[in-house]
Amino acid sequence: MSRLMDFYRSPMAKKMVMAVSGVMLFGFVVGHMLGNAKMYLGEHAFNEYAEGLRSLGEPFVPHGQLLWVARIGLLVAVLLHIWSAWQLTLLNRRARPVSYAKKKTTQATYASRTMRWGGVIILAFVIYHLMHLTFGSVHPNFDATNPFHNVVSGFQNVWVSLFYIVANIALAFHLYHGLWSMFQSLGLDHPSYKGLRRPFAALFATLVTVGNISFPLAVLAGVVKLS
Amino acid sequence: MKVTLNVWRQEGPHREGRMVRYENVDVDPHMSFLEMLDQLNERLILQGEEAIAFDHDCREGICGACGVMIDGQAHGPLPETTTCQLHMRQFKDGDEIHIEPWRAGAFPVVKDLVVDRSAFDRVIQAGGFISVNTGSAPDANLVPVEKKIADSAMDAATCIGCGACVAQCPNGAAQLFTSAKVAHLGMLPQGQPERWGRAAGMVGQMEEESFGSCTNFTECEAVCPKGISVDFIAQMNRDFLKAKLRSS
Ligand code: HEM
Ligand code: FES
Repeated sequence: MSRLMDFYRSPMAKKMVMAVSGVMLFGFVVGHMLGNAKMYLGEHAFNEYAEGLRSLGEPFVPHGQLLWVARIGLLVAVLLHIWSAWQLTLLNRRARPVSYAKKKTTQATYASRTMRWGGVIILAFVIYHLMHLTFGSVHPNFDATNPFHNVVSGFQNVWVSLFYIVANIALAFHLYHGLWSMFQSLGLDHPSYKGLRRPFAALFATLVTVGNISFPLAVLAGVVKLS
Repeated sequence: MKVTLNVWRQEGPHREGRMVRYENVDVDPHMSFLEMLDQLNERLILQGEEAIAFDHDCREGICGACGVMIDGQAHGPLPETTTCQLHMRQFKDGDEIHIEPWRAGAFPVVKDLVVDRSAFDRVIQAGGFISVNTGSAPDANLVPVEKKIADSAMDAATCIGCGACVAQCPNGAAQLFTSAKVAHLGMLPQGQPERWGRAAGMVGQMEEESFGSCTNFTECEAVCPKGISVDFIAQMNRDFLKAKLRSS
């Protein structure tokens, strides 16, 4: 443990922690999007999936327990990701104490330059999203027994849908740079796949985002509706 | 042609500095950027003012001594070109040009455009060497080196340590420099005995200095006068991780 803490003191190690926790969150985001796509199969399929998450691991573990293990794992990943990002951001501010009177950007992508604020938008969204569809505290007619109802009636509000869409576009940029950056940070650049790293990042950022954005759009268009 | 220059003037390390405007600077399009500064300095000396201090040595693009921010870009607008190899024909009559020193916590300003880059020297001392027996030179081809590796090591070895990467990086990070130095020796057979100590040592020293942390903007690569690729950064990260795993 003290060895691990010693390792974490190094900014390079913090970056690796950011990359590994980011990959865990990426895995979650992909699974989350695919699970939500069940709403296209109707109310029953969607609610069954939501219930399935709670009965995961039964009968070996009690109802709802494995879901909590996953939630704690995700929470730890989020905290590590943000903590390392915060510490490295402070370090980077200190490393340029006097700024340039004139500064040009040469080839840094828009995505790379918006990682920090993009991250803050995503964090705000995640908090809102949990209060909206997990706890229901900001949902006008939340029904804990019917997730499908909560999603559809929630997205019928244009402003709510719009916020979901904007936040997921921010996530797209974050994922695009994050995924590519992860390969660099972890030293994964074997010639056999080196050229595929950017296309991979672009493809997965696009897939996740198109999937996620399609849900509010489908509700607004009346493709997915309450029965 | 005539240009207007805005130059950072600072009398010493702990003094306040400011941008000073020099209007109507006469230049010949064939002059190098440094000759243009030389000429301005002659004018300043005749006027009884202090000449602008700037670093330079070889003036042929190989020593890495020169290097200033020109309009917000390290070494100016031309790719793979040091400040000394930049010519005034790249600018137009009437242009307004901003000239600033490298800005980094690890590179404190000594005077005007001159910064102290000894942080780089300390990174080199922490592992930028190989151990060889003394005596007469061994046969050149005694140790075979695969062509691909020789080429790649040579690409890394072209780093002249000018510091443009740190200057351009929005984080003031030294990853491109350090990775070029780690990779250049770490890839060759002669560099194997010290490979892991080198990666851990040089990265460790880099982190001791006031450099920032890489966020893979790749700005460094764009301004490197030798076109060194950020691929070496991934290589260094891998060697650093392996070195840490080995030592634990
Ligand atoms: C679903 C949520 C998220 C996922 C999947 C994710 C994924 C990633 C990945 C894979 C990286 C790359 C690490 C590397 O550079 O090696 C990254 C970087 C980063 N993330 Fe996230 N992240 C998420 C949420 C957040 C949040 C909520 C914040 C913060 C407030 C944040 C802030 C950052 C920052 C500052 C970086 C560094 C970017 C850089 O290299 O400049 N992320 N993220
Ligand atoms: S003066 Fe030597 S590289 Fe420019």
